Amino acid sequence: MNPKNQKQEANNKNGIYDAGIEKGASRLTPEKIRKVFDALVEAEGGARLRAYTNACVHCGLCSDACHHFLSKDGDPRLSPAGKVKQTVSRILNKKAKLDVDFVKQACETVFTECNLCRRCVIYCPFGIDVAYLMLFVRRGCHQLGVVPQYIQDTAHSHASTFNQMWVRDDEWIDTLQWQEEEARDEIPDLRIPVDKKGADIFYSLIGPEPKFRAQLIYQMAVIFHMAGADWTVPSAPGWDNSDMCMFTGDMEMTARLKKVHFEAAMDLKAKRIVMGECGHAFRSVYDVGNRTLGWKMPPLPMVHAIEFYAEILREKRIEIPKKFDRPVAFHDPCNIVRGRGLGDEARYVVNETCSTFIELTPNREHNFCCGAGGGVINCGPPFKNKRVESNRVKADQLAAARDKGAEVLIAPCHNCHGGLEDIIDHYELGLELKFLGDIIYECMKKE
Amino acid sequence: MHELYKLASGIFVWIAILGFAAGMIGRLVHLAITARKKDPVVYQYFSLYYALRSMLHWIIPFASTGMRAHPVITIVAFVFHACLIVTPLFAAAHVILVMESWNVSWWHLPDPAADVMTVLVILGCLFFLVRRIVKENVRYLSTPGDFVIIAMVAAPFVTGFWTYHQFYGYETAGILHMLSGELMLLCLPFTRLFHMALWPFTRGYAGSEFGGLRQSRDW
Repeated sequence: MNPKNQKQEANNKNGIYDAGIEKGASRLTPEKIRKVFDALVEAEGGARLRAYTNACVHCGLCSDACHHFLSKDGDPRLSPAGKVKQTVSRILNKKAKLDVDFVKQACETVFTECNLCRRCVIYCPFGIDVAYLMLFVRRGCHQLGVVPQYIQDTAHSHASTFNQMWVRDDEWIDTLQWQEEEARDEIPDLRIPVDKKGADIFYSLIGPEPKFRAQLIYQMAVIFHMAGADWTVPSAPGWDNSDMCMFTGDMEMTARLKKVHFEAAMDLKAKRIVMGECGHAFRSVYDVGNRTLGWKMPPLPMVHAIEFYAEILREKRIEIPKKFDRPVAFHDPCNIVRGRGLGDEARYVVNETCSTFIELTPNREHNFCCGAGGGVINCGPPFKNKRVESNRVKADQLAAARDKGAEVLIAPCHNCHGGLEDIIDHYELGLELKFLGDIIYECMKKE
Repeated sequence: MHELYKLASGIFVWIAILGFAAGMIGRLVHLAITARKKDPVVYQYFSLYYALRSMLHWIIPFASTGMRAHPVITIVAFVFHACLIVTPLFAAAHVILVMESWNVSWWHLPDPAADVMTVLVILGCLFFLVRRIVKENVRYLSTPGDFVIIAMVAAPFVTGFWTYHQFYGYETAGILHMLSGELMLLCLPFTRLFHMALWPFTRGYAGSEFGGLRQSRDW
């Protein structure tokens, strides 16, 4: 039967229907669920799982760290420890019955009610990594075949094409040539060097750029060109540095993806990787990818676009004749600020390129999440309204900056853009959203 | 009664101390071995410098943002934990008992100070009990075990206070004091009270990942 003709019943009390969760769960029995989770705990549930779950004294001090909890009027189910109680604690309690309803609810909790932003880790007196615990449950959901449909689709895309957006190999090269051609109207001698051996920079970006935001490739090419950078992109898979598989719990696929990405850079004998303005991709390469492949640190130097921008501004390799003159605020993406401490570098770039900078409060490591990260936005339309409503606190934070005069919000992360766009729209905040690259491209000297 | 006193001041002391030591060491060693087998990443990223940096920010009152955001519980938690650890180790009566038994002794607290600290521990227990019941998000997280450990911690202090002031029935209270103290010590490694031993490791590892790998702050 065509699934569209089936009566679609909501699989939760919010009235949300997700085919991936519903159909996946329909194949399970309580015995099978228990067996899979027990096997997962046995195989992968090590000292961290035990230490985190045993150390938690249920004090609730993590609650205020979570934007879901704050935005939903302090719903105790949504505090970080509350999410652990509903999922991990039941899985670890051998006497607890894990039925189909449990899996559906747990799946929704770990995939859509936690952005893995790790803000709670810096508010927990014990430093309990709730993101690790949520990912542990996601891994179990993946093994059970219960994953929200949209994010699973991107994981399938990764598995088939090594990029997130079903971009075919010829479409990728075509997009590069198209953007090169466009850019040459502006700068006649600009090139997008493909497969150049021994370049200083291997530039990688995320699948959605060639798919939806090709102008970002154009902009970056202009920035590289004006900075006199020796750069290249690969023609073969490995150009996409994103990874939804680490968010669905498919760590085997994550390892394959990251290997292809690193090897693409090493095959071209590039000296380092520069990544586009994406946070989750940075986490997947810098933190998750290397450890999944058994390296303590990435096998070759890699930097986020922020670090590259800071470098060329500091070395005066590009000129900013006139700074961006509308007041800007800056959103610290979790994966590059909590995940890599780039808050100061980002502020350096903002101050070098913008005339008026208004801080959000809280900021840096304490900034509130965009609500989209951790694969939550990738769970797609069924969860969109819930996601936006679950981040009212972000809207309040942005509104405060707007009231101080901010007109433009800078977020150097694709996921954050997706999430913040929806928040700005839903709460009618009237802020314009930009990447750092947008600002640099707009203000830099291009002759 | 006399028989019970002899047990509580004799063999039970040894059971409690040995159980405590064996439990602590056993569980931590088990954790270290499990980490080696299933979480080798922990050993790779663990950094003494960043672990200590993080611990320092969480052991000095108000040195972390979270503590500044919750001043009441920060003050209560620090006073409570300090008194909880210091009072039994340095109460004059305890020091004298140890000296009489084993002929070793150390500095002891003046009696009025120990008395005040005992009251502070009891008040702390009451605070945590009330907080657990009153605050919705904490109530949601609470399990029966959480209430049991509050009672388990409060018992030796309530009975100790009773005995010291020689209130009605203080002889019985004295025996209960010994028994409840021994019970707490014995249960420490096997209940959520074990958080005491885990803290340096969970905090230290968070500090190591945040400092060494992620080059950011976790306080």
